[in-house]
Amino acid sequence: MSVSQTIFHDALLDPSAGVPDGLLDAAEQPAGRRFSVYRNNVAVSLTEAMHQAFPVITRLLGPQNMDGLAGIFLRKHPPSSPLMMFYGDEFPDFLAGMDQLSHIGYLPDVARLELALRRSYHAADGEAAPADALSIPPEEIVQAQLEFAPAMQVLNSEWPLLSIWRFNSEEDAPKPSPGAEDVLITRPEYDPTPQLLPTGGAAWIARVQAGQTIGEAFEKTSAEFPEFDLGATLALLLQGGAITSVTIERLAT
Amino acid sequence: MLDSSLRSNRLPAAPGVGYKPQHFEQILDHAQPVAWLEIHAENYMGDGGRPLAQLRHLSQQFPISVHGVGLSIGGEGPLDSDHLARLKHLVEWLNPASFSEHLAWSTHDSHFLNDLLPLPYTDDTLARVCAHIDEVQETVGRQMLLENPSSYLAFEESTWSEPDFLREIARRTGCGLLLDVNNVFVSATNLDFSPQGYIDAYPLEKVREIHLGGHDEDEDDHGRPLLIDSHGREVVDPVWTLLDYVLERSGPKPVLIEWDTDVPDWPILRAEADRAQAALDRIPA
Repeated sequence: MSVSQTIFHDALLDPSAGVPDGLLDAAEQPAGRRFSVYRNNVAVSLTEAMHQAFPVITRLLGPQNMDGLAGIFLRKHPPSSPLMMFYGDEFPDFLAGMDQLSHIGYLPDVARLELALRRSYHAADGEAAPADALSIPPEEIVQAQLEFAPAMQVLNSEWPLLSIWRFNSEEDAPKPSPGAEDVLITRPEYDPTPQLLPTGGAAWIARVQAGQTIGEAFEKTSAEFPEFDLGATLALLLQGGAITSVTIERLAT
Repeated sequence: MLDSSLRSNRLPAAPGVGYKPQHFEQILDHAQPVAWLEIHAENYMGDGGRPLAQLRHLSQQFPISVHGVGLSIGGEGPLDSDHLARLKHLVEWLNPASFSEHLAWSTHDSHFLNDLLPLPYTDDTLARVCAHIDEVQETVGRQMLLENPSSYLAFEESTWSEPDFLREIARRTGCGLLLDVNNVFVSATNLDFSPQGYIDAYPLEKVREIHLGGHDEDEDDHGRPLLIDSHGREVVDPVWTLLDYVLERSGPKPVLIEWDTDVPDWPILRAEADRAQAALDRIPA
């Protein structure tokens, strides 16, 4: 009796399936719960990976609920690559699709933030532009184009995302108050650091990433968010080492 | 078959440990550090950040062994070419002292199952594993070492013993072998064979590295012992005794302590490495 990897694989991921024929113990009897060692290794190792990847979700739901949820998730979305450091990409959408969790509407955004922190941790190193890179006349600043470090991540949220994350991962963090929060992640050394972006900051960064100059992006963002604070946004980016190059294309005279 | 110019393995015949980031400072600060370190390849396949910075630093002071856990050498499908390319990139960047993988499968239909799954020892499996090892050695440009698995069950269809199967793979592909002594003990207990008999049949002349690790004890449906390779505790005494049996026959080899779950404080891991040194020191001249 030959046991193909398809048969083995399907029985591993389906706890209700029987043990495939052709697998034996030392007395040449059916393998029984010896097969469960493999089934258990797969489920436990992937569940553990989900706990490590989403510590704040685990804290919000409780470890036992997280075990149950991970068990459903890993069967629906087994890892598609051996790079376990990026496992769980589908988890935010999976959470959003769980009816029984719809009363905790912010969960998917928290999962997105945890994914973004991990992406930032493993992102390529970038050399930050010097702190005085933008100490140039205002008329030149508006002409400047910026490049950002690969470790920089930006998240938009309709929820007080950063406050929720902090409340569940830092001691003495205040209780979140209602309100939308956009989050900037920078990685000054090797530790990703999430910070609150000023209103409009995420929209402005997206425009600059798309190739607009600081000035163009500022005009469009201010039209949308009159209270947008460019200086505060630039300061956050510079302090976090998130700006890697400043290019000024001088107008022909 | 591997070009003989690609046979390079520069691990010293001394104890090494599986590297864990929580031990970074202590490894660097220690007056008499271990002789070498092993990393899991997949943990260093990001684009940058702390993991690669630490590895770059460590590799300036220690011989590094790159140990893959995700290539699925025994998979029925083709090797994952993206993963193989990542492995090639890592090996070219790091120029490690050794590169090894497992006689196992872990990927099926692009699902990675994060475990080392067992293979039937048949002519078909032999041909497939050898073809995959040829592809790996050609792509990476290095000899690879192949590790024997921990087994919890046997395949009715198997026609080869594991030592003969490994010997034939090494003969056909020119790969070296990584002998996991704990895995031999675990498999021997679970499948009721003599671990010394396994070692007697095993091609020790192909061994370039030895692994030791801790295992857990459980029972099967009939109350018989079922050992589980967990890498979460000290190496047990019978495995140390089996290591002596191996070293008496093989001579000095690089010996690695693997401790991957419930990772202990550095002094405990270091004490295991000292115990491996004592075993190496005991080898009769």
